[in-house]
Amino acid sequence: MNSLDLARWQFAITTVYHFLFVPITIGMAFLVAGLHTAWYRTAKLKYLRATKFFGKLFLINFAIGVVTGIVQEFQFGMNWSSYSRFVGDIFGAPLAMEGLLAFFLESTFLGLWIFGWDRLPKKLHLASIWLAATGTLLSAYFILAANAWMQHPVGYIYNEAKNRAELVDIKAVLTQNTALATFFHTIPSAAFTGAAFMAGISAWLIIKKKDIEMARGTLKLGLITMLVSIVMVSVSGDITARIMTEQQPMKMSAAEALYDTTESAPFSLLTIGTLDGSRSVFQIDIPSVLSFMSTGNFNGVVEGVNDLEAKYDQQFGPGDYTPNIPLAYWSFRLMMGFGFLGSLFALLALWQMRRGGTPRGRWFAPAMVSLPFIPLLANSFGWIFTETARQPWAVFGLIKTSDGVSQVVSAGAVLFTMIVFTLLYGVLAFIEFGLILRVIKNGPSEEMDYENPELGGSDQKNLVMSY
Amino acid sequence: MTFQDTWFLLIAVLWIGYFILEGFDFGVGMLLPFVSRNEADRRAVLTTLGPVWDGNEVWLLVAGGATFAAFPEWYATLFSGFYLPLFLILVSLIVRGVAFEYRSKYGKAQWRQRWDIAIFISSLLPALLWGVAFANIVRGVPLEKAASGSIEYTGGFFNLLNPYALLGGVVTLTVFITHGAVFLSLKTAGSIRDRSQAIAKLSGLVAAVAAVSFLVWTNLSLPEIKPIVLALSIAVALFWVAGMAMNFIRREGWAFIFSALAILSFVTALFSALYPRVMPSSLGAQFDLTITNASSTEYTLKVMTVVAVIMTPIVLVYQGWTYWVFRKRVSASQIANPERGVLDQVSHTLHQ
Repeated sequence: MNSLDLARWQFAITTVYHFLFVPITIGMAFLVAGLHTAWYRTAKLKYLRATKFFGKLFLINFAIGVVTGIVQEFQFGMNWSSYSRFVGDIFGAPLAMEGLLAFFLESTFLGLWIFGWDRLPKKLHLASIWLAATGTLLSAYFILAANAWMQHPVGYIYNEAKNRAELVDIKAVLTQNTALATFFHTIPSAAFTGAAFMAGISAWLIIKKKDIEMARGTLKLGLITMLVSIVMVSVSGDITARIMTEQQPMKMSAAEALYDTTESAPFSLLTIGTLDGSRSVFQIDIPSVLSFMSTGNFNGVVEGVNDLEAKYDQQFGPGDYTPNIPLAYWSFRLMMGFGFLGSLFALLALWQMRRGGTPRGRWFAPAMVSLPFIPLLANSFGWIFTETARQPWAVFGLIKTSDGVSQVVSAGAVLFTMIVFTLLYGVLAFIEFGLILRVIKNGPSEEMDYENPELGGSDQKNLVMSY
Repeated sequence: MTFQDTWFLLIAVLWIGYFILEGFDFGVGMLLPFVSRNEADRRAVLTTLGPVWDGNEVWLLVAGGATFAAFPEWYATLFSGFYLPLFLILVSLIVRGVAFEYRSKYGKAQWRQRWDIAIFISSLLPALLWGVAFANIVRGVPLEKAASGSIEYTGGFFNLLNPYALLGGVVTLTVFITHGAVFLSLKTAGSIRDRSQAIAKLSGLVAAVAAVSFLVWTNLSLPEIKPIVLALSIAVALFWVAGMAMNFIRREGWAFIFSALAILSFVTALFSALYPRVMPSSLGAQFDLTITNASSTEYTLKVMTVVAVIMTPIVLVYQGWTYWVFRKRVSASQIANPERGVLDQVSHTLHQ
């Protein structure tokens, strides 16, 4: 493997890993803020227990999200310095804004929330978790705007003398439809992920008969949030697909393994192609659905891979403009498949909980234990699809991934750092998983310390929260 | 002042903020085994950082993002060139963050001992390597125009380990140890406070010798004497002496302010030595990266200036307020059940 392949693998590994934790963080931040608010409003102790229990789980997860995010900030300069030179004038701006507007907000107010239980007035303490949650949202917005610009560059001119893209309209970059559609697709997905995490763990508490009073409520909260968010994910996913067909037709055709331009194009349920991915041998289709997904019209024309390849050869010069089709095809389906599988479980569990019932049946325990992992798979496949089906481009139509890699970094150096990051991330996953299991095993406790009047003002009191 | 000047200044401010804030974080991490006698001590020491370390680290992320946005050529050349040192710093910061968050979550002594070792090493490495990296930037490294037309680093890893750079590393290492000791003496009570004060007396002397030698070397190696660099170097020495004197008479607040001012002057001196270059080349001034040839367009800088002018004061206010909220000293006697992990402190698990 050369340094380009290795740098791509490193980016894939570190980014997919980072994004296992990010959606849980975003979703859980708002859910925990909601539980904290419920406790603040009602003073019911079950809400306090829920806030602290899921707060702990949230923080264990958040720590890994934060530290793996540091790598993301510098990886562009380390492995992708030619890319950084080309796009820095545009791409750097949302990253810097993310730091100034989002990272400071979430880290500072989360610190205040964790350690502020006995230090801050109740209202301010509640506000700090909401501000931290807002920080995660802002962070997602800026980084998604940067990514959307890679999918569909706008608001720039190409400076030939400097061989780089230059920003001329920041508003266009931050508010283009690609950025907004991606944001409204990713954020409900994050809510879905956080909610599945909460629901799965609550169900486990119920199965283990621990604090059922609390767990019933948080299970319901998780399941309902999942169902509401999957509707939003589907609607924005539909919009995203249409925008994608218009802006990156190759990606949509690759997702469908549609090789020839077709009117009333079918949606493929299963395709088996030749090994080189150049044509399909066997297909099961739903008639006209792809045309509808892509154009909003059952009779719409969808361009095929082969025709697009010929078109791009003309437009950008001879080359290979076809992404890895089996990967695009399967990652697209696995994204949707896992999303709907999770929703199906949520629907079933919620149905059995109507009128005070408790979910039962042999499906329940395995389904609920797998629930937190299902959205992680859906999210990962979604990003693998979005990023790999844009190839060979790093920024669509502007700079190829192969032209973005660092010229001065040797393959050996990339391999070395990749191995260390992978091992380190593996160890961290193992440790994190162990801690999460431990928290779940301990279950929610009667966290009465906050209510203890003796904990007011004195300097020598015990710290409610210490490292 | 052009927008490029403004962004050179802003990036200097971000590094100043980073080194003052995470400087004491690193110091505290390194001192953890030396100022504590038992688990309650260690918990108290770490609790002084608990609410703030993550916010402190954001200064680095923003410095990185701002360099990407304002001087993409600098960002690209620096981080692809200083590849392995930066990688070691990143690994350290990953381990360190997790260590802070996880060490007390579980009660086993062995679990915590391992995290303590991790905290020590992952605080020491960046404290040393940031000094090495900055000294190399100021000294100049082999930069050449590549075939693609961009200016690229052409030295290897061992090129970065020259005596001047290593001395720079010793400066940041010893200064951060002292800064951390002063911070601990300000934020703790009882024996931790006393031990920190004693350490600061000693490490402050070592840091003073290292910093003065480094600054003399820096001033002498500039093509011509820059009065501003000279003045700032003298300021570093004066502030440092004042800080050490305040530590000696146990005026902890003043000692901390002076050591912070010394770091501020030190980083400013380095940036003044650089200006208007951002990465001088040791192979000739025609390969220097400067605020002009490394920068983004004026439009981008203008947009980012608006964001920075609005957001920086707001961030300073709420981050400063956090320090105010957690201004009280932490003592070992406040740590409940030190031998048990935070997650093990479950009073009654409810069974229904």
